[in-house]
Amino acid sequence: MTVAWYLVVSALIFCVGAAGVLVRRSPLVILLCLELMLNAGNLALIAFSRMTGTGDGQIFAIIVMVVAACEVVVGLGIIVALYRRRLPIDVDQLRRLHG
Amino acid sequence: MEDVLFFIAAIGAVVGAIGVIALRNPFYSVLALVSHLLSLALLFLLLEAQFVAAAQIVVYAGAVMVLYVFVVSYVGGQGEPLASIGPGLGGVGLVLCIGLFVELSIAILGSGLHAIDTDGAKLGPGFGTPGQIGQLLLTKFLFPFEIASFLLLVAAVGAVVLARRRRGIDAPDEPLPPRDRLELTAAEVMRIPRAGSQAESIGLGQEEKEEQGGW
Repeated sequence: MTVAWYLVVSALIFCVGAAGVLVRRSPLVILLCLELMLNAGNLALIAFSRMTGTGDGQIFAIIVMVVAACEVVVGLGIIVALYRRRLPIDVDQLRRLHG
Repeated sequence: MEDVLFFIAAIGAVVGAIGVIALRNPFYSVLALVSHLLSLALLFLLLEAQFVAAAQIVVYAGAVMVLYVFVVSYVGGQGEPLASIGPGLGGVGLVLCIGLFVELSIAILGSGLHAIDTDGAKLGPGFGTPGQIGQLLLTKFLFPFEIASFLLLVAAVGAVVLARRRRGIDAPDEPLPPRDRLELTAAEVMRIPRAGSQAESIGLGQEEKEEQGGW
């Protein structure tokens, strides 16, 4: 398969993730959709790495995985803190959380 | 054979992604994401990225997803109605995403990159193996590697601060904000009921005893 096929699949997964962020209201599912978008980026990076024949894109993908893990840890920590306060787990009702 | 594997993995990845946003129960969403990640690892293998594929399965589909499952079962995966934001807004979101996909496809296929229509460059021996990744990480990409380790440390400390539970402080329960006022600030969310100060949580009051004991 040519590299373009992989890039189109990556674009499709990214758009599905973006639709999830726009449509769903539970912060848990929104975090999952962020994972989808980061993974789509990973797929594109690795496809380009295959295209150029150097390993740089794979290093990028590993760094993106590290960033995704950090985002998950902090996001889930916030959700657990919300749950302890008996707050609704709903992004529409937590719109002032920017501090 | 490679084409068949590509289509199987690509369809699996896209179906898994749609399952994440279409299933009502967050628990099933997490499981759909796991199947999506496994299909994606197969795509990585087809792109000759063996180490990244293994890391994807072990770290992502293994460790990170276990964290998700724990939190979903702790919070309780109550479903939400799919049309909860109203048909108008949901439709706008879907139209935006289809437009984004069309735009991305035009950008990819019309990019004028000649190599995009090939199977990729000729690969040297050892492409994508742990040896090559390790060598790149410790020579050419040493600085991003160190930044990533520091970022992980910051995230670990942040998670402990966010999710800690402190005991042994006899303070009366703080009144919760009234239920009708649902707009909360970040500071209110972070202050856990019956919680002491930040200094007590990291044990600052007991420093002297430990100093006498020595290391």
